[in-house]
Formats: sequence, structure tokens, C-alpha cells
Amino acid sequence: MMQARQRDSLFVASVKDSLGGALVAFALACVMVGLKVDVASGRGAELFLEHRWLAVAIAVALVFVVRLGMNMFFWKREDAPSLGLSGFLPKGGLGDGSTNLLKYGMLVLAVALPFALMYYLGSRGSRQYIDLAILVLTYVMLGWGLNIVVGLAGLLDLGYVAFYAVGAYSYALLAHYFGFSFWICLPLAGILAAFWGIILGFPVLRLRGDYLAIVTLAFGEIIRVVLLNWYEFTGGPDGLSGIPRPSFFGLEFTRGEGGFADFFGLKYNSIHRIIFLYYLIFIMAMFTNFVTMRLRRMPIGRAWEALREDEIACRALGINTTNTKLTAFALGAMFGGFAGSFFATRQGFISPESFTFLESAIILAIVVLGGLGSQVGVVIASIVMIGGFEMFREFEEYRMLVFGIIMVVIMVWKPRGLVSSRTPSVALSKNAKGISADLVQEGHG
Amino acid sequence: MDYFLQQLINGVTLGSIYGLIAIGYTMVYGIIGMINFAHGDIFMVGSFISLILIVALGITAATPVLLLILALALVLVVAMALTAVWGWTVERVAYRPLRGSFRLAPLITAIGASIALQNFVQVSQGAKNKPLQPLISGDFQLTDGGADGSGFIVNLSYMQILIVVTTVVLMAGFTYIINKTSLGRSQRACEQDRKMAALLGVNVDRTISLTFVMGASLAAVAGLMFLLYYGVVDFYIGFLAGVKAFTAAVLGGIGSLPGAMLGGLLIGLIETFWSGYFSVEYKDVAAFSILAIVLIFMPEGLLGQPEVEKV
Repeated sequence: MMQARQRDSLFVASVKDSLGGALVAFALACVMVGLKVDVASGRGAELFLEHRWLAVAIAVALVFVVRLGMNMFFWKREDAPSLGLSGFLPKGGLGDGSTNLLKYGMLVLAVALPFALMYYLGSRGSRQYIDLAILVLTYVMLGWGLNIVVGLAGLLDLGYVAFYAVGAYSYALLAHYFGFSFWICLPLAGILAAFWGIILGFPVLRLRGDYLAIVTLAFGEIIRVVLLNWYEFTGGPDGLSGIPRPSFFGLEFTRGEGGFADFFGLKYNSIHRIIFLYYLIFIMAMFTNFVTMRLRRMPIGRAWEALREDEIACRALGINTTNTKLTAFALGAMFGGFAGSFFATRQGFISPESFTFLESAIILAIVVLGGLGSQVGVVIASIVMIGGFEMFREFEEYRMLVFGIIMVVIMVWKPRGLVSSRTPSVALSKNAKGISADLVQEGHG
Repeated sequence: MDYFLQQLINGVTLGSIYGLIAIGYTMVYGIIGMINFAHGDIFMVGSFISLILIVALGITAATPVLLLILALALVLVVAMALTAVWGWTVERVAYRPLRGSFRLAPLITAIGASIALQNFVQVSQGAKNKPLQPLISGDFQLTDGGADGSGFIVNLSYMQILIVVTTVVLMAGFTYIINKTSLGRSQRACEQDRKMAALLGVNVDRTISLTFVMGASLAAVAGLMFLLYYGVVDFYIGFLAGVKAFTAAVLGGIGSLPGAMLGGLLIGLIETFWSGYFSVEYKDVAAFSILAIVLIFMPEGLLGQPEVEKV
């Protein structure tokens, strides 16, 4: 009897709540979905409306049903079983052992990937997958670079793509005007990007949190607008094309005499270059990872993390906050520059269109969704975001919409990112356990 | 001189629109200390809702004046209400679950919400520009261009007057709400200390929601004005307008309503004068540089209060 009444009131409450949700959904959808304004072709630029009330009805019904179900079984019940999704990950994120296993598993997989693909799919079939893997690795590298700035030093940088652009344009312009090769330009691009990082960083690093974010965003946009409008130098919106490809210790990936295939006695195949690019970005990304992991153990890395947790305490302890921030900013920028020049050499063509704010947002999303400061998290997030994103290439229109929604959903579901357990950089005992990210304040150390 | 006057008029008009959007940023930042990155896109949604309503009601330039005013007022009210629902939903879905989380979390969801909104509009309304024939035409000629007609004719259009007057009226209304009503009092209380306000019986969640509702409805007004003034919208207008309005909010001193309006006016003027006297291509660079310079040398803005860092 008692139970029946409770059940009843649960049902009534759920229906009421769902009706509210449906009402909101109707208000949202009635104009923006129900009516589509379109430009009539042929009758001047006259506007007309297209009615889509069925879509509104479906949206409202969907919201009602989903909310009702969630209310009945999860939200309003005290004995609610926890949502299925969280069951897939161990409590408190991935533990120490599983993270290690995952790390080495992924490393082996990454090394073997091109050959495994070639073996199963042949050179023609595997090409698009290796291309995708190169793209994912580029984002892994960018993510690791940004991780130094955002994850370790706790400086929110919304204009990271500016350094990516500086790297790409440095290589393209140096090759275009002076005919420098990729291997000379790679370090130069990194140095130039780091230099820009210092130039931009010096005045703005006094700012805190969100202000810093918005100024870096502004700088990112300034660099893009300049690239777009300085037609004589950068080619403006047309971009720069014919950027030289990298060579393998002087061996070009060309057909015939003196080429890579000829030298090693292989049959010429265009896939060689793709595989070379894959290993190139793989090594560059691993280098980024290596440097970051080493720096984390050095005084400068510890200062970054201390700075992220409490700037005032850092100053009180005599850490030079300006220099600490600047090194983080410059190093992050340098890796962005490396990745940029790789991007330029891979594409053979660059234009300002590749360096929009959206790109910064995606890189930042990878870092944050992976779990700030976590190197493995960046890899997982890159695979999920970029891989998933490219999978749905046919749904060109919808995939950005889904991308945005996924960013919100993952963040609400796991605010600390996918890998939310951290190994302390410094620990008294040799067998220190990873701690939950909830125990640290800003990032996760 | 005449050219200067014309640029001044245009700048004030543009500045009013930026100011209206900037209020949304400044109020939200003041109360929960986050950059509502999706606000520019809320403005864009408001603009689209206005456009659809205008087409649905069949308003054209041929509509009789009295009817035109009534119809536009109706469009304004409905668009404000519907856009407010959008603002409320974004807060409810993307920000409220993360309250009390670390500070980057809501910024990421805000960026996600911004991307989602932009692409939702692209999917539901198409990617094409939507041009609207001018509804309100006619102007005052302030100078006659000299006796031989060789001088510069300064125009003050009815539209520009409408925009500035609407902005002033709304600003007065919102200043009243913030300073005199109990809602405004709770908003100011939450701004000072959210925990203490909650202990004293202020419904913090409700106050924050209402702040988003107010910001979104003002963005809807700005959206309608933008639509009527420029006569064209697309799904991408939110980003740039949003960044500039945020610049305006920071320039004026974030958290301060008159500051947002003043900042909006200044950004509008800087942008118009820069385009008028230097180069149109680099007008965005000018606006962004101002942002950087202000933040570096005067982080509290023109009318803001310096932030005291407490340990």
C-alpha cells in the first residue's frame, strides 16, 4: 500500500518533470526547427519559410520519453542503479597498473600499426587508415604540447593554434623564399614558434585565468587575420602551395634513380612516403612526450605544477613566476611549431583556413577531456575525438554538431577527464599510488 | 569634419549593439566568474529567431508604419522570450552540473555549447547567408553637402535612431532591475559572495538562471537590431560579435553594467574609425589589440573594481 503510493507519486512527479522538459523543448524547437527560412532562387533574394512541424513533434516527444524514462529509473529513485556508462571505467579512473599496461600496449600498437595495416589491407586499402593515424598523432603531439601549458602550468591558452600556424608558415615561407629543406626548417620553426611564444607571453602572463585565455584567443585571431591579409608575403587566402616534401636522409620519395625505393631495392610505391610521415610524426610526438615527462621531474616542472596549484604560495617560496610561466609557454609553443611544420610538409599546401579558433578549441578539448596533465589521456581523447570525427565524414553537416554536444556531455559526465588518476611527480615513497584528481585543486598532480 | 560626424554616428550605432551583447557577458562573469563562451551564439540564435518571425509575420517595407511598429514590437518580445529559453537551457545543461568543479570545466562546456549551437543552426537553417530587405528606410540629412553638392552628406537613418533609443531604454530598464528590485539585490548578493547569499536565503541557482535569461534576452534584442541594421545573418556571426562584445565588457570593466555599455560604445567607435581612416581588413586586429592592451595595462577595465587577491 505504502509502496504503491510512493510508486504513484514517483510516476506523477516524473510525468510532471518530463512535461516541463517537453515544454522547454517545444519552446526551443518551435521556431528554430519548425520553420526554416530559405532564400528563394530566381525570385530576387526573397525569403520564404519551410514548415517542419513533424520534426518539432519528434523532438518534443523524444525529450518527453527520454526524460520520463530517466526520471522513472534513475534520477528520482533513491535506489537507482548507477548509470551503465561509468561501469566501463574502474572507480577513480584508471589505476596505476592498468595505465602502464595501456601505455605500453598503445606504444606497441602504434609502432606496429602501418605494417599490420599493410599486411591485412594491402598498400592501397591501408592508405586512408595510415593517413588517419597520422592525423591522430598530429593531434596527440599538439595535445602534449598544449598539456605543458594548460595541464602542467595551469595557464589557459585558447590561441595555441597561432603557434601551430607560426610553425607551418615558417617552414613554408623559408622553403619558398630561401629553398631551405624540411630538416633545417624543423628546428627553426620550433625556435621561431618558441620565440613568438615568449613575445606574446611576456606581456600577458601577468594576467590570471580567464583573462589570459581571452588574450591568447585574441592573439590567435590577430595572427590569422594578418596571415589572411598580408597578401604579398603569405599569399593571403590563397595560401602557399608546393611546399617541399621531407626526404629520408637525403633520399627523396620519388620514382626512379636515387629515390628511396631505388636505394633500398624496393619496388616504388607511394605508400612509402606515407609510412615515413607516420613514423616521423610518431617520433616527434614521442619526443614531445619524453621531454615533458623528464621536465616534470626537474625543478622547472615541479615549479609549473606548484604554480598551477597556488601562485601566491609559489611567490612566497621564491619561485620566479614570470620565468616559470614563460618557459612553459615557450616550450608549449615550440612543440606547436614542430607540429605545424610537420603539418605543412604533409599537406604540401597551407592557408589561414587551417588555423581557425576551432582548431585551438579542438586541441584544448583533447587536453581537458583526456584529463589535464595526463599524457595517456591525451592519446585516448585524440583517438576518440579525431578518429570518431573522421569516421563520420559522410555526415559532414552533423558531425560538428555532435562534436560540440560530445564535448559538453563528456565534460558533464567526467569533469576531470577520461583519465582522472594521477601519479604524483614527486613522492616520498618509491611505490606511491596514483591519486584521484578530485584531491587536487586545479589540475591534477 | 562631416566624414568624422558620419563615422561617429555609425560607431555609436555599432557600439550600442556590442554593448547589448556585452551586458550578457559582464553579468554572467560578475555572478559566476566564467566566460559564457556560447553567448555570442545565443545572440546569433536570437537574430535567426527574429528573422524567421519577421518572414512568418510577412513584414515588409510596404507594411503601414503603425502596423510595422506593432509587428516589430511583437517580434522583439517573442524573440526575447524564445532566446531567453535558449540561454536558460544552455545554463541548465552545460554549466549548472559543473558548478563547484574546477574552473576550466565550464569553459570547455561553454566552447562545446558554442560549437553545438553554431552547427545546430547551420544544420537546421542552412549555411547560406539570409539577406533581408530593409524594413525601415529613410533618414535625416544632417549636412547638405555644400552649395555645389561636392561635400560629404551626413546621414542619420531612422534605423540608427531606433537602435540607439532602444538600447538606452533597455539599459535604463536593466539598471533599474539591478539596483532597485529584489532580483537585482539577489544578483548583487550572489556576485559578492555566493555561499553567504545562499546561507541568507537567496536561491542562488534561480538567480543565476535568471541572469542567463536576462543576458540572452538582451542578446536577442541585439540580434534583431543587427538583422535590421545589416540586413543579413548567417550562422557564423556569433563568434566575432561575441569576441568583440567580450572585449567591450573587459574594456569597460567586467562585472559593471555601465562599463559594458561604455566599452561597447568605445569598441564600436574604434572599429568604425579604424575602418574609416585606416584599413577595413585590419579592423578586427584593432579591436583585439585594444583588448590585449587594456588587459595588460588596466586589467580592471575603465569602470571596474580592482580585484583583491585573497589567500
